[in-house]
Amino acid sequence: MLTDITIGQYFPGTSVIHRMDPRFKILSTLLFIITLFAGNSVWTLVIGGIFVCLMLALSRIPFGLIWKSIKPILPILVFTGILNLVFVGDDNVLWEWKFLKITMGGVHTSIFMIVRIVLLIVGSSLLTYTTSPILLTDAIESLMNPLKKVKFPVHEMAMMMSIALRFIPTLIEETDKIMSAQKARGATLDSGKMMDRIKALIPILVPLFVSAFRRAEELATAMECRCYRGGEGRTRLRQLRAEARDYVGFIISMLFMAASVAVNILL
Amino acid sequence: MSDMIEAKHLVFRYPAEIGEDGKPAAQNEPILKDVSLSIERGSFTAILGHNGSGKSTFAKHINAILLPEEGTVLVDGMDTRDESKLFDIRQKAGMVFQNPDNQIVATIVEEDVAFAPENLGVEPQEIRRRVDEALHTVGMYEYRNHAPSQLSGGQKQRVAIAGVIAMQPDCIVLDEPTAMLDPQGREEVIETIHRLNREQGITIVLITHYMEEAAQADRVVVIDGGKVVLDDVPAKVFSQVDRMKALGLDVPQVTELAWELRQAGYDISPEIITEDACLAALERLLQM
Repeated sequence: MLTDITIGQYFPGTSVIHRMDPRFKILSTLLFIITLFAGNSVWTLVIGGIFVCLMLALSRIPFGLIWKSIKPILPILVFTGILNLVFVGDDNVLWEWKFLKITMGGVHTSIFMIVRIVLLIVGSSLLTYTTSPILLTDAIESLMNPLKKVKFPVHEMAMMMSIALRFIPTLIEETDKIMSAQKARGATLDSGKMMDRIKALIPILVPLFVSAFRRAEELATAMECRCYRGGEGRTRLRQLRAEARDYVGFIISMLFMAASVAVNILL
Repeated sequence: MSDMIEAKHLVFRYPAEIGEDGKPAAQNEPILKDVSLSIERGSFTAILGHNGSGKSTFAKHINAILLPEEGTVLVDGMDTRDESKLFDIRQKAGMVFQNPDNQIVATIVEEDVAFAPENLGVEPQEIRRRVDEALHTVGMYEYRNHAPSQLSGGQKQRVAIAGVIAMQPDCIVLDEPTAMLDPQGREEVIETIHRLNREQGITIVLITHYMEEAAQADRVVVIDGGKVVLDDVPAKVFSQVDRMKALGLDVPQVTELAWELRQAGYDISPEIITEDACLAALERLLQM
């Protein structure tokens, strides 16, 4: 049932990619996304493709998982493909019917866009597959640290993220319980018209919210009892420490991106 | 040396709720009316009382979650109203709550245990040492990389206790820590806190409504209507079966059995609180 939902999509492992400093992984991914969208040459995609394939091979993520991450966006891919096919055109007409016109340029653009989106999804899910949510939060906190200077609540945000992650399974379990309780009282949740189904959700959401607020209050008290006083003067059990291999990894990704940029300019 | 906890003439009432006209309604009845209690270092005290008696409210005064309206609470000689000592007090007197789900902060067991020392600004290596030690103490070391949602209620509550031990407190206040657990989880938790008391000399204040748990303490304090009404060793408290029933509380089953037998005219001690003592007494009775 509901408890089958997994949080994030972390796939535990011990590969080089898994062990890379999460901050560098985030930076590399960002860089990858930017170059992917900045480049207009086919070579950008070729280099990006080689990069992603290399990283996938290194991370030893099963192929099924990659397919799983692409599956939900298939409709978007098809939609993008058709749109580009129909609306982008040049003089080289391949096929024509009334107002529909398919040109060589359209075919090119549509393939280009599809490959670009696939690379984008596979590249970014590589980050979430190889990094646990807790490390991701730590890394985001660490990367955003400079923002503290402009009074951005970095620590508070990271704390909220990690508490949200912590409570997802608890609240899912709770929703399950409330649903069973309402069903036992004769509520029908999974049949009827759209409007009826939406209305049926109200008796589930109300108790869920009430209990979430109660939990929040208790948690706040428990945190205060354990001397929580915000991010100031706080130390961490797990220190993020960049090692030589992290720099090497980051330099390799930078080289790939640089190659992509160079190709764009030169060709 | 001063007592671990010393409450003197403690009075507390919850603030009145805001009425529909936007003004506070009439003042609430005080939930604590003149509670005076001192708890010795290294002791194991159980606090009993039916719902609404003020026992949880009292517990929240021990680490300055609530502040007294009148009277004082001293923890290791520090006044809970002294704001500059707030975190010293909270570090000295840790607190464990009823619902284990609502006091675990982190997504991984060891991260949660590290939460308090992280807040206290302890060095990372020292945090690591304390976390490992605390997890060993409660017998949860093998689970250090688990997610809290993968654990049973008793295990989660032991993690919560480890989270408090990692602060290295002198005293732990537990507010009905076993109320939401199954019998096995209950046993694990009670066994753990007794071990902490015995082996590390940590002062334990256990708020409970399980009489069997209270019977194992050094001292039982009964709170009713915001006042301390009984305060003695368990055998003496539970032997007053009439009084306990009048307060809306039970006594351990064996105590009740002995009491019934006594009412029926048998010569049996009223101060029986453990099954072993009851067995011995019954044996003697049958041989007579």
